[in-house]
Amino acid sequence: MIGSGFSGRVLAIFIKEFAQMRRDRFTFALMLGVPILQLVLFGYAINTNPKHLPTAVYAAESTPIVRSLLKGLENSDYFDLVEQGNDPRQGQHLLARGDVAFVVTIPPGFTADLIAARRPQLLVEADATDPSVAANALGQADAIFASALRHDLKGPLAGLRPGQQPFELVVHRKFNPEGITQYNIVPGLLGVILTLTLVMITGIAMTREAERGTMENLLAMPARPFEVMVGKIAPYLVVGAVQTLVILIAARFLFAVPFAGNMALLMLGLVIFVIANLAVGFTFSTIAATQMQAMQMTVFFFLPSILLSGFMFPFRGMPGWAQVIGEVLPLTHFLRVVRGVMLKGVSIGDIVYPLLAMTLFTTVVCTIAMLRYRRTLD
Amino acid sequence: MSEFAIDVKGLTKAFGDKLAVNGVDLAMPRGQVWGFLGPNGSGKTTTIRMICGLLRPTAGSGSCLGFDILTEADKIKLRAGYMTQKFSFWTDLTIRENLEFVARLYQLGDLAGTVDTTLDELGLASRQHQLAGNLSGGWKQRLALAAVTMHEPELLLLDEPTAGVDPQARRDFWDEIHRITSERGVTALVSTHYMDEAERCDHIVYLANGELVTQGTARDIVARSGLVTFRAEGKGVRALSAELEGRPGIEHIAYFGSALHVSGTQRVLIESAVTQAAAPDVEWQEVRPTLEDAFIAMTHEAGVDERQHA
Repeated sequence: MIGSGFSGRVLAIFIKEFAQMRRDRFTFALMLGVPILQLVLFGYAINTNPKHLPTAVYAAESTPIVRSLLKGLENSDYFDLVEQGNDPRQGQHLLARGDVAFVVTIPPGFTADLIAARRPQLLVEADATDPSVAANALGQADAIFASALRHDLKGPLAGLRPGQQPFELVVHRKFNPEGITQYNIVPGLLGVILTLTLVMITGIAMTREAERGTMENLLAMPARPFEVMVGKIAPYLVVGAVQTLVILIAARFLFAVPFAGNMALLMLGLVIFVIANLAVGFTFSTIAATQMQAMQMTVFFFLPSILLSGFMFPFRGMPGWAQVIGEVLPLTHFLRVVRGVMLKGVSIGDIVYPLLAMTLFTTVVCTIAMLRYRRTLD
Repeated sequence: MSEFAIDVKGLTKAFGDKLAVNGVDLAMPRGQVWGFLGPNGSGKTTTIRMICGLLRPTAGSGSCLGFDILTEADKIKLRAGYMTQKFSFWTDLTIRENLEFVARLYQLGDLAGTVDTTLDELGLASRQHQLAGNLSGGWKQRLALAAVTMHEPELLLLDEPTAGVDPQARRDFWDEIHRITSERGVTALVSTHYMDEAERCDHIVYLANGELVTQGTARDIVARSGLVTFRAEGKGVRALSAELEGRPGIEHIAYFGSALHVSGTQRVLIESAVTQAAAPDVEWQEVRPTLEDAFIAMTHEAGVDERQHA
């Protein structure tokens, strides 16, 4: 088949493609710039061994031994003491809201029991919704406490040193005691799938009009920008609802993910989240000139959404600046809502902040879309 | 109610540093059909878009159907029908769905009835469930015309509605324009490249390089051109064309079918050129200049020889 003119014709097509690629500056810039940005962004941001996890401590007494334990905890890379108090119920609350990853409880009489070699219990409760977050820190906990006490167990207490720990470390993996990954991933996938399909589908909604030349017609007829936006977005709300239903059914019957919380609360979060994503897609479509660009922008939004939201990698494992980016993304907040409701059975008070954050995001993005929407062909 | 359907002054549009339209004044009385002519890229489409509020003029002002083109585009859109140069209805919707969409946007009462009537008038009732994208060029244009007239606009802005349409379909289309304008008293501004269509208009506006060059009836424009035109017919005209090119007094030469039209504004010069070019197999005859002769002359004068032909 390869005749004499083969390479010449291949070259002709190659040159034509290259000329066209070069002319479409925006696509070209995205093609080169986005991977570099992503490389730097994700290369530095992603860390599968999260450290400095927020920890709340409830110590019933403040003896030198207890202080040494807490000191050791604080000096470790894994635990950051963000809360110290007396009321252990407060700790449950913080754990449910996701404000802390661990709650350490030191019961009354701990020191006395320890000295008497009665092996008192030291309780560590971990938020195990994402099993990978807790795993490393919990693995280190025993060693951290042991070395913290090394200097205290001298003189008359030296007898407590050899062999086993002088106390019993009790670990409670809350919300997902067996550490089943699906419990964490499947609710998260609900958010990820909605993000990808809704942003993409609305992203091409307006660019398709521009690319096919029907935009001029639409603009010539009496439809206001807000009417166009709502009309364009509404059909995809239905799409989002169907996807949600399918995923929730699958979560229940294929993956046996528990549903601890209130369905109405999840619905509230879902509605806000879906609108946020549709608004992003619509905004993209007012910026992109072609469907191709809208697709690229979708990917540009989608990648940080899965990588920096806490879906794929532990949110707390990321450096501060990456967490700031993550806080902007609606998926980050939706994950807190969906995991909170499904796995932890939280009440509305625990997820007010993520709900408000998503609402704020939606408002800002809708405003941008309205400002960007062109009423003329200029 | 304003006496003029379109009344604009100094309409100017710049794209970057390029002036697409430069200081165009138009005063178009209601109830007439005007032809909008000029070479490709002369600014016809841009002018029409500014009139119906799709482009914001860089300078100039005016009204369309009594509404300010700068601030009342919403009201103009409700009362005008704009047919784009390129077919811009939804090819993945059926004919009926397209019409229903338009009827809903304009909130026309009796949706089904209005669409049925429109389909009957169009003669597309039996094909109403076909995709609009499958229609032939001529039918697409008729569908577009039907769609932009369904809300009974007072003004029709038709941008090259017959481009790429076969001769019979073009005639049918113009019959339709005349039927709508006379029956409903609608005003129409139609851009075209076809002289026979221009001659059917009450008034012609000629644009070149974004500027209004001349306007008037077809007869006025020909008379005002001051052209003297000789027509050569016969076997030898092909050889003649090259020979006459550049002779003093001959301002332009153009084929009309197999005949050659030679025109200029100075009778003495052109007569002598024609006498010199006498050949046994060519028959010369002075003719009344046509509208096309006048336009070719104007195009040459405007110096748009470097223009791009689409």
